[in-house]
Amino acid sequence: MLGEFLQYLFSGLTSGAIYALVGLGFALIYNASHVINFAQGEFVMLGGMGTVFIAAAGVPLPLAGLLAVLMATVVGFALEKLAVEQTRNASVVTLIIITIGASIFVRGGAQVAFDKQFHTLPSFSGDTPINILGATVTPQSLWVLGITVVIVLLLQYFFTRTLLGKAILATSHNPMAARLVGINVNAILLMSFGLSAALGAVAGILITPITSTNYEVGIMLGLKGFCAAILGGLGSGFGAIAGGVILGVAEALGAGYISSEYKDVIAFVIILAALFFMPSGLFGKRGTDRV
Amino acid sequence: MNSVLSRRALLAAAAAFGMLTVTAAPSSAADTIKVGTFLAVTGPASFLGDPELKTLQMYVDKINESGGVLGKKLELVHYDTAADPNKAVTFVKRLIDQDEVDVLLGGSASGETLAVMPMVEKAEIPYISFAGARKIVDPVQKWTFKTPHTDTMACQKIFEDMKKRGLTKIGMISGTDGFGASMQAECKSEAGKYGVDILVDETYGPKDTDMTAQLTKIKATAGVQAVLNPGFGQGPAIVTKNFKQLGLNVPLYQSHGVASKKFIELAGDAAEGVRLPAAALLVADKLPDSDVQKKVVTAYTAEFGGKYGAESVSTFGGHAYDGLMLIVDAYKRAGSTDKAKVRDALEATKGYVGTGGVVNFSATDHMGLDLSAFRMLEIRNGDWTLVN
Repeated sequence: MLGEFLQYLFSGLTSGAIYALVGLGFALIYNASHVINFAQGEFVMLGGMGTVFIAAAGVPLPLAGLLAVLMATVVGFALEKLAVEQTRNASVVTLIIITIGASIFVRGGAQVAFDKQFHTLPSFSGDTPINILGATVTPQSLWVLGITVVIVLLLQYFFTRTLLGKAILATSHNPMAARLVGINVNAILLMSFGLSAALGAVAGILITPITSTNYEVGIMLGLKGFCAAILGGLGSGFGAIAGGVILGVAEALGAGYISSEYKDVIAFVIILAALFFMPSGLFGKRGTDRV
Repeated sequence: MNSVLSRRALLAAAAAFGMLTVTAAPSSAADTIKVGTFLAVTGPASFLGDPELKTLQMYVDKINESGGVLGKKLELVHYDTAADPNKAVTFVKRLIDQDEVDVLLGGSASGETLAVMPMVEKAEIPYISFAGARKIVDPVQKWTFKTPHTDTMACQKIFEDMKKRGLTKIGMISGTDGFGASMQAECKSEAGKYGVDILVDETYGPKDTDMTAQLTKIKATAGVQAVLNPGFGQGPAIVTKNFKQLGLNVPLYQSHGVASKKFIELAGDAAEGVRLPAAALLVADKLPDSDVQKKVVTAYTAEFGGKYGAESVSTFGGHAYDGLMLIVDAYKRAGSTDKAKVRDALEATKGYVGTGGVVNFSATDHMGLDLSAFRMLEIRNGDWTLVN
């Protein structure tokens, strides 16, 4: 009985960590621009697919991963430079729609540049499951969890302790005032798109050994990551993690104790309920409007 | 200004349409046989449509080089449906009314095939589908035939093998995609006939990242002797990995939906010992020389694999090969391009040896395959082995 419960918990943690990692990317861009970047899932796909294909060309795996992250970062820069920046004064909704368009474009491009097959990467430290009180967890899940925590801590440090991080926060709160105190708002936006693309790509590399990847894997991951970010409170790093883990565990417990048919329903009901009672998410800042 | 804009729009539209058709320049109708085809070359079912189209193009060229059929060249007219039944209906309408094709091949997925069937029956054109569903040929429609085996047959083949091993109490975990859901239903209705009890019946979304919760539930169900997983794409590979992770010590059966080398690659070591039914094409090099299909499947593997790489050979391309060859065979026996005569010749096909099995069409059977078309395979040392 305990073994089963633990197993549901571990399987929830595995998917939860994946959702959290993707959700972090949403939080990052939202922090800088209040834009919800629906191409975030595509960055995840680029990380995984990029690594697979660069490695297939004979590049050693760690280097291939690095190159894939760089490639995704460049795509992130390009998205900001070529699409978001061109519509400087457009409303946030317009920008969000632009990111949806960009995600379709990237997906189509990947279909041509890579291929339409599924691919996978070897696990970082073997496939031997670790047994804890009758439940098992794969080392790769621990990698995902661990690196997610590390990334959140780094981001936390970055946003509260470094000038650049504070500049990003300032830009998100009031772009005009940020500009007046000498912050290069365009450069900040450019950087946050690049950073979140890199983050997405890292997520893609981490989860590919677990889930495998193909050109359209970003759709569902993006959606679940978005849910995690919303549930935790948009813009909050810890919120995205909490949101992701709650979502994953709810799905797993739902599938285990109620019915796997209703797994997603259970998760989405929790999100609806959370947003109904706490519209800005679990860890989001309450929004106030000046009249 | 306006005229410039509209001209530009027209050009763009023309370019868009141009990209949809992959055909060569048109030639006069009299000396060609127009083969219309609509396949899911892009979109979610592109892994079906892509090898199908490549196969058709390759063998149409080959047939034309060696003189064509009845002294006429074959002309392939293709549209990409992206597995969207609505697009399929539009394109088939165009193939029938505008392109005036002599014969129709395709429909990579069952949805698009079922959507166009009424139109094809009305237009009275011989039609061979490459899709799986039993509904396509049951009840039999006069002008519609199909080459792939059905999910029902896969279930029967699996249950037959389970019975042989004395496994009668099983758990099922199925994908909720069209393929998984359809096979889940078929297996549940077939299980009784083989004396197999389904003790626990779980599902997962086709894009889910972890299935250990469902498998834990199966593991906790007392008396499960084997697990069956209908589905395709990444899902079954994750199920297989999770299955090993949880240390389930019962045989795992996968469906023909993952019958490609890709599955072994994705599931890795966890795939060892997994059994699944598949067409002979997959194990071309392992068939005994006495096997009737040996010649045709080795030839197709060599030709298609030679051009597009050995790992791109799939049963889906094989379905297209069978469709094209069946229709060419029917033309030769009919000795004319009259649609009714070709259809009758097609229905009279007996003992055609294809990549999918030995085809015997009749007035009551427009698929023409029996269970021998499926081979039971087991994955050993990262490769297929035949189970007898």
